[in-house]
Amino acid sequence: MSEAVRSESVEDIEIQLLLEALYRRYHYDFRHYARASIKRRLRQALEQLGFKNFSAMQQALLHGDTLVTRLLDYLTVQVSEMFRDPGYFRAVREKVLPHLRTYPSLKLWIAGCSQGEELYSFAIMLHEEGLLDRTLIYATDINPAALEAAQAGVYALDRLAAFTRNHQLAGGKSSLSDYYTTAYGRAVFDKALRAQVVFSDHSLVTDAVFAECQFVSCRNVMIYFDRQLQDRAVGLFRDSLSRRGFLGLGSKETLRFSAHADAFSEFVREEKIYQRRDG
Amino acid sequence: MSEADPRAVVIGASAGAVQALSEILPRLPADYPLPVLIVVHVPDSPSGLVTLFASKSAVAVREPEDKEPIVPATVYVAPPGYHLLVEPDRSIALSTDEPVLFSRPSIDVLFESAAESYGRGLVAVILTGANEDGARGAAAVHAAGGTVLVEDPAHAYAATMPSAALLRCPDAIVLSLDGIVDHLLNLGTS
Repeated sequence: MSEAVRSESVEDIEIQLLLEALYRRYHYDFRHYARASIKRRLRQALEQLGFKNFSAMQQALLHGDTLVTRLLDYLTVQVSEMFRDPGYFRAVREKVLPHLRTYPSLKLWIAGCSQGEELYSFAIMLHEEGLLDRTLIYATDINPAALEAAQAGVYALDRLAAFTRNHQLAGGKSSLSDYYTTAYGRAVFDKALRAQVVFSDHSLVTDAVFAECQFVSCRNVMIYFDRQLQDRAVGLFRDSLSRRGFLGLGSKETLRFSAHADAFSEFVREEKIYQRRDG
Repeated sequence: MSEADPRAVVIGASAGAVQALSEILPRLPADYPLPVLIVVHVPDSPSGLVTLFASKSAVAVREPEDKEPIVPATVYVAPPGYHLLVEPDRSIALSTDEPVLFSRPSIDVLFESAAESYGRGLVAVILTGANEDGARGAAAVHAAGGTVLVEDPAHAYAATMPSAALLRCPDAIVLSLDGIVDHLLNLGTS
């Protein structure tokens, strides 16, 4: 018997069963999420939602309809920043966009868009570069509440200082304040930015390719996946990208360990921007 | 108390960390038999920290990438803005989850996940610091059968962190920085 099997705790068994229940009852599949992080998030949910243990939570999940939405927030919601890692956006602007500019029309996929910070960052940058009008952007996430927030494009005003600083560091050619109006302590982003954005419920775990894109940006989403699930997602990106299309990852993510590593070449190594190889 | 089979070392430090780690990392040999995972709270340019320690140390020092297998003779420093965790298969996992006790990376997050993966094979070290991150994690390491070393608060640059750890984890071994280095050098040499 392996050490892993011997040391499996009751809690580990309960967590596995809970994730199985979540999948079979609601088709949200977290079974191959990286275990350390999801355990942390589940424990936080357990504590804050006031369940005695994961078995009790599983019972409530199976026999009621209300828990799933709240649990989904614990398992998926990510607070990001606009232009997080400015160097990434600068590299896209300076090195990737010159290639994409040669296409008559563009498709960009923000996979795991959460509450839209990255989406608006891209829209603003594409606008500054005169490319927004000919770009169709797919913004996808599995959490309906996050998608709604992304669609609304409203952020607390106290976050704007950091967004503005990042935007400038990312080589912004305009003032961020050109793109939002303020009211009641919130910044409301211009709806013109999302005129050609398709918001959609899409799972990297269970759904298929839906369009051919020239650029896929999926940052700090796959760090929550185990290796097997990462392979599935990267396979999906490969199949979604046109020849020589680009894939951008988070600054500490890598294709080095991926089953599909050979399908990509490093385009901007230090910013984790990859290019799909021919064929 | 003995570490019959040490598998990994985790270290947490905050205010005064650069000095303290400068006493420890350069003394680890290039073939140090264990992996070392470190969370340091430094507001600015932690990547500079890695460059600094890498240049002073024989053992490899770097920021890990997600899902990297954890191997001996390597010091992994949590990247700024990410929590550093250990997966059950003993690979690196990173997360951008919210800060814990205002910290990301968080010492508690590293220690708790490492305690689950390594159990008795884990040696955790709490160094100087001016907040209480790491206390909960140290208790988790102890509860999982691991060993906890705490820098003597009387001599630490900032006593809050080691004192908080001792409060939550009274069985921890209190040592000077030199004592901690000696202890770490003796691991895995049986």
